[in-house]
Amino acid sequence: MSERAETQLTQGQARQQAAQRGQWRRLPLIENPRLRWGLVIGAVIYLVVALASVEVNWARVAEGAGRAVNFLGAFMQPDFISRYDDIVAGLLESLTMTLTSTVVGVLLAIPVGLGAARNISPLPIYFICRAIIAVSRTFQEIIIAILFVVMFGFGPLAGMITLAFATIGFMAKLLAEDIEDLDRRQVEAVRATGASWWQTMNHAVQPQVMPRLIGLSVYRLDINFRESSVIGIVGAGGIGATLNTSLSRYEYDTSAAILLIIIVIVLLCEYSSSHVRRWTQ
Amino acid sequence: MLTLSGVGKRYPTGDRALTDIELTLPKGQVMALIGPSGAGKSTLIRCVNRLVEPTQGSIRLEGTELTKLSGQKLRQARRSMGMIFQEYALVDRLTVMENVLSGQLGYVGFWRSFLRRYPQEAVVEAFRLLERVGLPHAIDKRADALSGGQRQRVGIARALLQSPKLLLVDEPTASLDPKTSRQIMRLIRELCAERDLAAIINIHDVTLAQQFADRIVGLRAGQIVFDGLPSELTSEMLTTIYGEEDWDTTSEPLDDEADDSETSSYQRDLPAMAAGSAR
Repeated sequence: MSERAETQLTQGQARQQAAQRGQWRRLPLIENPRLRWGLVIGAVIYLVVALASVEVNWARVAEGAGRAVNFLGAFMQPDFISRYDDIVAGLLESLTMTLTSTVVGVLLAIPVGLGAARNISPLPIYFICRAIIAVSRTFQEIIIAILFVVMFGFGPLAGMITLAFATIGFMAKLLAEDIEDLDRRQVEAVRATGASWWQTMNHAVQPQVMPRLIGLSVYRLDINFRESSVIGIVGAGGIGATLNTSLSRYEYDTSAAILLIIIVIVLLCEYSSSHVRRWTQ
Repeated sequence: MLTLSGVGKRYPTGDRALTDIELTLPKGQVMALIGPSGAGKSTLIRCVNRLVEPTQGSIRLEGTELTKLSGQKLRQARRSMGMIFQEYALVDRLTVMENVLSGQLGYVGFWRSFLRRYPQEAVVEAFRLLERVGLPHAIDKRADALSGGQRQRVGIARALLQSPKLLLVDEPTASLDPKTSRQIMRLIRELCAERDLAAIINIHDVTLAQQFADRIVGLRAGQIVFDGLPSELTSEMLTTIYGEEDWDTTSEPLDDEADDSETSSYQRDLPAMAAGSAR
């Protein structure tokens, strides 16, 4: 009798009764148990099959291991001296590219970010700005760099434009998201004083997003330096070009020196950017 | 001075927040607007300064039709209506002085406000107001470093720096303790008397409303159901506004589920209360 009654209870009532007896489990994320376990088992099977499909050529690995040992051996004696001038020139070019592209990119990203925030901009502008962001984020820096190298020729100009372009997408998207998370009451209060749109931006929006804007800019500076050494490989100048040249000449000791310098600079950026972000809060 | 006639608001979702509001507010009158949550109190005062667009009716402030204004004209109208918010709505990362001076935004141009070069008279007045609300020492503190009551005082100073003719006050005491609530209400009351300002105060605390307002208007489901003196607000009237409740016992929160007879009367009232909370 009581069993029949229980089957008629809704799930909610059943849970309430169980809770009364002191039996309670968290609600599962996916309610249907078949779907839940099906998804888990499916994912595991796919993973196993995918791993099994990766072919490993052990002979090639054994051969390559020897080269890798050479390469790593060179790291033990990095050579900063023999290509000193090239390294310094490449490094300066990279740093110039990094700074200029970050400044230009951030300046261009601010209006795009404002336009891409749904809560403060009208629909047509929103779509245009979101499209700019989408285009900028779709292509990886290397692909954009190849395009700009074709357009502007080899050298740091192509690299700078590439990085500035990538910065727009990155900064504008994150800035727009931050603006969409604004405290609306503060904006409303400033609007209620009779402030114009620009005054509202300056008095209610800017104070709320400034810490994040500064933090992201510093973070992007750091990313742009790392990217500048990568896009150099496709001809966009900077330390990457120097690295690529040394690798193709089998001067692994010089390459090692360049990589060490890059690591040190990235570490410095990392350290200082986390400091700046803490300070702006 | 302020006249609302036939004002209605329907949100795009189809919810009716206000229906056919008729209200006249003479100069210097402090009016409390009471009613259950969702009755349309906030919508009503936001319709007056057009933070929310009314969908029908007309609102006139000293002969100016507010519902038709746009752009520059709307901003000029807004600056003559100071607004005080629930939870203060100060800009947290700006200093107290910047927050108070933002009351001048309707009067100064963009570059002046961008460079924070406000006219000297405005700065003098802002400081005088901060002294009046008792916070002259806090000018360079960040707004988020103040306590609740202090923030609300800054909010009041900001609203008054607009040299308004009308104060729109949205739940000024909702996040304050009882003592600070009374102090803030008294301050608003005094300032209105000093400057001969009219005020509409949305408030949940009926006792405070009766104590500090000249007139009480009760709103239920977007319609005015009571309009009179604080002394005329009886228990029956409160039942009309809020739904059934034992109004004469002290403000101890009733535990409805504790008592069976209470529970049944609570459930009987549910449909009416649900109607009241639908906007």
